[in-house]
Order: sequence, then C-alpha cells, then structure tokens
Amino acid sequence: MIDHRFYLAQRLSALIMAPLTIAHIGLMIYAVQGGLSAAEILGRTQDSLAWFLFYGLFVLAVSIHAAIGLRTILREMTSLSAPVINGLSWVILIALLTTGGRAVFAVTFA
Amino acid sequence: MSNDRQLQVSVWRGDKDNGYFAQFEVPAYESQTVLDVVSWIQHYEDPTLTYRFSCRVGMCGSCAMMVNGEPRWTCRTHVKKVSSNDKLEIAPLRNLPVVKDLVTDMAPFFEKWVKAEAFHHPSKTRHDEFDAIKPDDTARQKANEAIECINCAVCYAACDTVTHQPDYLGPAALQRAYTLIHDERDADTGAILEAISQTDGCHNCHSMGSCSHYCPNELNPMMAIADLKKRSLLHRLLGAKDK
Repeated sequence: MIDHRFYLAQRLSALIMAPLTIAHIGLMIYAVQGGLSAAEILGRTQDSLAWFLFYGLFVLAVSIHAAIGLRTILREMTSLSAPVINGLSWVILIALLTTGGRAVFAVTFA
Repeated sequence: MSNDRQLQVSVWRGDKDNGYFAQFEVPAYESQTVLDVVSWIQHYEDPTLTYRFSCRVGMCGSCAMMVNGEPRWTCRTHVKKVSSNDKLEIAPLRNLPVVKDLVTDMAPFFEKWVKAEAFHHPSKTRHDEFDAIKPDDTARQKANEAIECINCAVCYAACDTVTHQPDYLGPAALQRAYTLIHDERDADTGAILEAISQTDGCHNCHSMGSCSHYCPNELNPMMAIADLKKRSLLHRLLGAKDK
C-alpha cells in the first residue's frame, strides 16, 4: 500500500512539521507572557507574508502527513477496498487543506 | 529424568476452517524442548497429531510454531524458558494458512521471496572462474549480517504488518533481498530494488521490531529493511548506483 513516493512524502512532511511545531510552541509560550488577546495575535499576523508562509506550509505538511498516515491505518484496521480508502484519503487531504488554509487566510490576509 | 510433574498442554487441532485446542497432560522433564512435548503427545497420546520438523538442531527451520502466543523454533526452545507454571499453548504459526493441526502452508511465505526478487541473478556461467570475494569487504560484511536465515518464518509470524496487510512482502523475503543487494556476485540488484519498492514492499514496514526480537538466530531484519528503504529511495529518485 505504501510505495517509495508515499514513504518519501510522509517523511518530508514530518521533517517540515517538526521545526515548525517547535517554533509554534515557542511562540505560544512567548506570546502569552503578557496575557493573550485576539487583537494581539491578529496584530502580529495580519498582512504578514511571513506568517502566511509559516502556517501555510504547516497546513500543507499536516494535510499530506495525516492523509497518508490515516490511509495506512484505514488499510490495516478496516476491510474497506483500496479505491474506497484512496477516495477517503483524498477527502481527508482536501478537508484539512481547505479548513487549515481558510484559518491561515483568516488571520493573515482576510 | 522425569518426576511427577505434569505439563498442562493445549494443542491446536483442526484445519483452516475449523479447529479447537485439545488438552493433554505430558510428563515434565528437566531438559525438555517444546518439540519434545509435541512429539511425546504424538507418540503416546494421539498419533493423528500433525506437525512438521526435521533436523531437531535449529538448522532446517521447519518446526516453528506459536508457543504461548509467541513464535518460536520449537526444537531449540526449552519448556522452562517459555512456561513458568507448567502450562503450554501450542498453535500453528500466525499469518499463514493452516493445513492441519500445527502444520501451516508455507507457499505464501516463499512466494513473497520470489516477488521480492530475493534470488540470485547470475553474472557468470558454470564455465567461468569464481569471483574472489574478500571476507573483509564492506559489502560482504553487510551481507554476512543476514545470511544465516533458516527460513523458519518466525519473523513473518511475528510481524503485525503482515497480519494487517497480507500482501506485504514481510521481513524474511526483504532480508534475503538485502543480502543479495550487498552481494558482489548478483548481476541485477536493480531488479531487486524495483521489486522491493513496489506498493507491498519495504516501505510498509513500521519498524516495530518484532522480527528482530523473535528471530531465533538473532538476525536483525528490521535493520535490513531500514537499509532497503534508503537504497530504494536513492535508486528510484536519483538513479543511484545499486551497490
């Protein structure tokens, strides 16, 4: 079920997610020091190409990584056919990309 | 010497469709293997019990069974190593079709060796001189790490990925492919790398390590598969030299 392309995509997406997650958590710790407000977050992120790219890349990596991982779990833990599993994996990928992309857009350029 | 102790032994009886655990009492001995227990049952209790063995010394790989839920080579597994309460449950190997009682059909196991191209691709004819392979050659030493496989299928029975993905090539076939990729005499390692890169190939391994944990010869198929993953990527993406 997993050939070298899926394997590579999942490893590369993990490589991208790891430093971005650490930076995200570090920023959270830093940002809440003086209290947390929506205005403060939006003040930092709105009209920022850097934060759009940061979280946009994160959403892309998460979507790919999760879709491939859930595809494997569906294959190993259910009796669904390969076409159904592939179809569901595409739905998961598109749903994560859409919702995540919408959220990133909302705090940057909306 | 025997004493009055009795082992309480549950043995799987039946075929692939129907079966049950039959109960036997077997005299306990100080030095007694699981295969000794199975043989005693067949000799003294039930001559219809079907099981497979040959060499009795851990070389032929034919006597592997599930013992108390774990895959073991039964001829080299002492009862006292696997049972602390004189109870044994003996069943056919996991992940393979049952023929009868403790005998499994090994055909799917070996068919995957062929599917993985895990066989020698000759580079010379019988009329040519042998290649001189130095024992301290780096590739040879890598191959040596894995060539002591006795095809017992213990790793295959231990592998949860095989359980959940029956088409997965499995640790034994992939480890054999690893030995050939590191064998200077193999003339078509590219074909092996192609075969193990397919959808049922090495990239399905979750590195859980049951194969390496249970291998009776203490080989490390998980390490071999990790090496194959790397070589597969280099081969498919970069067209890297295969050795």
